[in-house]
Amino acid sequence: MTVTTLPKTAPQNGTTRGSGEKAVGVTSHVVLAIWSVVVLVPFLWTLMSSFKTTREIFASPFSLPQEWQFQNYVNAWNTAGIGSYFVNSVLVVACALVLTMIMGAMTAYVLARFEFRGRTVIRYLVVAGLTFPVFLAVVPLFFILQQVGVLNTLPGLILAYATYAYPFTVFFLVSFFEELPNEVAEAAAIDGASEWRTFFQVMLPMAGPGMASVAILNFVGLWNQYLLPVVLNSNRDNYVLTQGMAAFASSAGYDVDFGALFAGAVTTIVPVLVVYLIFQRRLQGSVSAGSLK
Amino acid sequence: MKAGVVKATTSRHPRRLTFDHVSLMVVFLGIPVALYLVFVLYPFTQAAWYSLTSWSGFTATQEFIGLDNYTRLFTDRLFLKAVGNSLVLLLVVPVVTLVLSYALACLLTFGGSSTGAVRGLKGSSFYRVVSFFPYVVPAIVVGIIFGRVYDPSAGLLNGLLTAGGLGRFTDFAWLGNPSTAMAATVVVIVWSFVGFYMVLFVAALRSVPTELFEAARLDGAGRFRTAVSIAAPTVAGSLRTAYVYLGIFALDAFVFMAALNPDGGPANSTLVITQQIFSTAFRDGRFGLACAMGVVLALITFAFTGLVFGAGRIVRKVTGS
Repeated sequence: MTVTTLPKTAPQNGTTRGSGEKAVGVTSHVVLAIWSVVVLVPFLWTLMSSFKTTREIFASPFSLPQEWQFQNYVNAWNTAGIGSYFVNSVLVVACALVLTMIMGAMTAYVLARFEFRGRTVIRYLVVAGLTFPVFLAVVPLFFILQQVGVLNTLPGLILAYATYAYPFTVFFLVSFFEELPNEVAEAAAIDGASEWRTFFQVMLPMAGPGMASVAILNFVGLWNQYLLPVVLNSNRDNYVLTQGMAAFASSAGYDVDFGALFAGAVTTIVPVLVVYLIFQRRLQGSVSAGSLK
Repeated sequence: MKAGVVKATTSRHPRRLTFDHVSLMVVFLGIPVALYLVFVLYPFTQAAWYSLTSWSGFTATQEFIGLDNYTRLFTDRLFLKAVGNSLVLLLVVPVVTLVLSYALACLLTFGGSSTGAVRGLKGSSFYRVVSFFPYVVPAIVVGIIFGRVYDPSAGLLNGLLTAGGLGRFTDFAWLGNPSTAMAATVVVIVWSFVGFYMVLFVAALRSVPTELFEAARLDGAGRFRTAVSIAAPTVAGSLRTAYVYLGIFALDAFVFMAALNPDGGPANSTLVITQQIFSTAFRDGRFGLACAMGVVLALITFAFTGLVFGAGRIVRKVTGS
């Protein structure tokens, strides 16, 4: 629509320039479309392969399944244990997410709105946790969890997830709490609200958009977490989904039920796809907001 | 949403030590920071100490051996190989990802009609939604999928190549060949990150006042010129931050390696530092040595971060902006 009206409004109304414009637009679309295909095709191929028998998978990468093997999903869910890994993942990620959001919001609130000795030090400590490679910490962390007695348990994993997501959460939320108007908190104090009530009933709801952005980024990060469970959680019954998928993929190499492997991959992707499609606007928004800080 | 909100200053009047205030500080600050110290910061300092011991995990005390672990590492050919591979990733992954994602972001931002106002491309939100998606898929699953895509006989890639008439790629093992394994791995990492950084750069480019680009256009600058000499310097901060993130990630890369070539690849051509740390610690039980590797990794990370930010500072000083 805009394309047809443009030549009239164009300052230099040469036809060559107009067609050059069009060529650039078309080229841009072609390049971006090619990239979209490159992104989508592996996923679509995975989806298609998840309905094929292992024999069909090895016969040809392109052939459609002769019969749609929904059995692959049943096998992945039950035989390969993806079902119980899935439940573990939901449990661990949900608990860790709540824990890290509560702890992070509380700390960020105090750091943003109170002055006290040691505030700068704590801010630096939070940044330090963001810059050190996690790989440096995993060995000692393994033994700390062992000493506390939560190694290879879901509570131990929740604790590790929550504390490792904590510096990011605080770092991101401090700026949100700093931007809240001071007058509201003061009005609440004058009305006799306690510090606790001021936080939970006044300040926290006002920081809602920031909380939502950080929560989504944390969800993606925690759901995709791989290193922490591999190191801290070697009990097969407690495997989370990422770990379980890795074990499934490498379990035999020769005797793997590849149809079920593809089905397991699809099962892992679908929850994040749903969350992504619902929240993609906010997710991309929070990435952008983060970039401009 | 944030516009119009006056940035609040923290309350400056001294607070009395009421139960309300003290309990808030203890619960809001004390408990989370204590957990953070115990589970995150303390392990970092402990790792530095363990790296000076010959600890194997079974003794209650650790024997101090000074810098022996470090001298051992500098003669350990496998570890040096891993460091070399990690440095290759550090050099290649950020540059390729940044160039590709910045180019796509510029197409999205400037690809629309350039007569009149600077416009984005129509349908740009579709491209953004699609390209960003790999970022939210667990990296291990991305790795598993591409492990199948690269499969010599039943994989999608060789299927496409042979169907396209390139018969010599029948049964070519992309991940099993020392000369292609690393490149094939880099492609997967780049593939999964480009969309994320594209979205980031689109946001950065949109925050630049459009007058700037329109002025450049009036002066006769083409799109490519605009993207490289006008837009890139104005979003240099975002580019630098992205470069650091990507570099830190490239130095890790553990997840992708675990999915594509868990044992270091053919002739250890994709073995990276993080894999060496993992196997030295949890397979060999040489925790002291593994921690020394961790310290080396941290030092490389800091050197890289310092270099990128330091270089940025120098450039700004020279250009006087």
